[in-house]
Amino acid sequence: MNDMRLLQRTQGMNDIKIQANGVDVFYADNHAIKDVSVEIEDKTVTAFIGPSGCGKSTFLRCLNRMNDTIDICKVTGDILLDGEDIYDPKVDPVQLRAKVGMVFQKPNPFPKSIYDNVAYGPRIHGLAKNKAELDEIIEKSLRRGAIWDEVKDRLKQPGTGLSGGQQQRLCIARAIATEPEVLLMDEPCSALDPIATAQVEELIDELKQNYSVVIVTHSMQQAARVSQKTAFFHLGSLVEYGETGKIFTNPEDSRTESYITGRIG
Amino acid sequence: MIDPHIASAFDRDLETIQAMLMKMGGLVETAILEGAEALEHRDLDKAEKVRSGDKAIDRLEEQVNEEATRVIALRAPTASDLRTVMTVIKISANLERCGDYAKNMAKRTTVLAETPPVGSASVSIRKLAREVQLMLKDALDSYIQRDADLAMQVIERDEDVDQIYNALFRELLTHMMEDPRNITPCMHLHFVAKNCERMGDHVTSIAEQVVYLVTGSMPDDGRNKQDATPYMTDEGL
Repeated sequence: MNDMRLLQRTQGMNDIKIQANGVDVFYADNHAIKDVSVEIEDKTVTAFIGPSGCGKSTFLRCLNRMNDTIDICKVTGDILLDGEDIYDPKVDPVQLRAKVGMVFQKPNPFPKSIYDNVAYGPRIHGLAKNKAELDEIIEKSLRRGAIWDEVKDRLKQPGTGLSGGQQQRLCIARAIATEPEVLLMDEPCSALDPIATAQVEELIDELKQNYSVVIVTHSMQQAARVSQKTAFFHLGSLVEYGETGKIFTNPEDSRTESYITGRIG
Repeated sequence: MIDPHIASAFDRDLETIQAMLMKMGGLVETAILEGAEALEHRDLDKAEKVRSGDKAIDRLEEQVNEEATRVIALRAPTASDLRTVMTVIKISANLERCGDYAKNMAKRTTVLAETPPVGSASVSIRKLAREVQLMLKDALDSYIQRDADLAMQVIERDEDVDQIYNALFRELLTHMMEDPRNITPCMHLHFVAKNCERMGDHVTSIAEQVVYLVTGSMPDDGRNKQDATPYMTDEGL
């Protein structure tokens, strides 16, 4: 019976969206990521877990070159998106970030209207030819962000006036307005209450129909709930990467076991 | 042994459940031994003690399940902690069944005490019960020590239990064919023997849970079933 369930799970296996080979990251002399290789699947939620300072956020930020903005940060190794090296000098980081969107820990809507928040990305990337098309993108993104019904009558009001959970869903709507292929989420629920968390988790589950979602979370229960694949980072190394059910019932590595069971590891 | 949890109350919770399980196991071991002794020596007081003692075993099973449910709800155990909680629930169910079989053995003892003894069957039954009780002791030890090798040995020893039961089955059948007046006591003795054989299966299941707890997967069921009685006839006895 075990074999059959395993078969059913692996049958759902998707194409590789992001492939990282031997990635090292240095902040000046600090070796923050040590030789990490991982394959992230398309249409799948992948969770990065690990104690504070283990490098999971640093590695996540490599995936859309957010670390470029830090002068002392040096990234080596290959990160391929659909087989193409994202650190190739010919790649424009702005275009890359339209493909690989990001949502942060604290909701950070622009001090603009709800409409303009979502319109920002499509406007700078010229995704809409006219107002009607832009309106359509805004509605579609807000619907996908599971917040349309709550804001459709107040699109001209400032995004900062929404509740924390609504702001975070607005930020997710903003991130998906540019039709990204990958969505990176760095602790998207840690500033939210349980209801808003559940709404965002439900949203993540829907998003995986179309996107590859990578989520960094300190809540192991959240990783267990939303992800199909889990990667455990410790001291800058990728210790274990595998099917989420396996990681949480019978991990291979004793360090993973110590961490997920809440032991001193 | 593995490191303690950062939240020490979690360790205390898990230790509490496992202590209850071990207490339950001890009561069941005693019930098996005393049930067989009561049968051999026609000791009705001891039989009554085994019968009334089953309530305590049942109560402990309820407590184990309540505590395990609480731990799942409040602590969301994962990995080996999760396996600990899951196996505690299953093992307590196995122990509770063994308690019931011991109680049934004691009930039949009150009937058997009224009838003349049949051969040396009750001595063989005590041997059988003793073997099952020793298997249970080792299964419980393997649980506490997280010793999958010892658990595998327990699983293999169930074959011995099956063989003793097969021999008893033949012996009882012979007595019944020799003299129809033996049928009533032999039927009861056979149920007692069958109860012991079933207890062996429950102990085997406990040992399998230990293997799962330690390794994360159930042992392969490569063991030959030694219970040949489903195919036995009165020919060639």
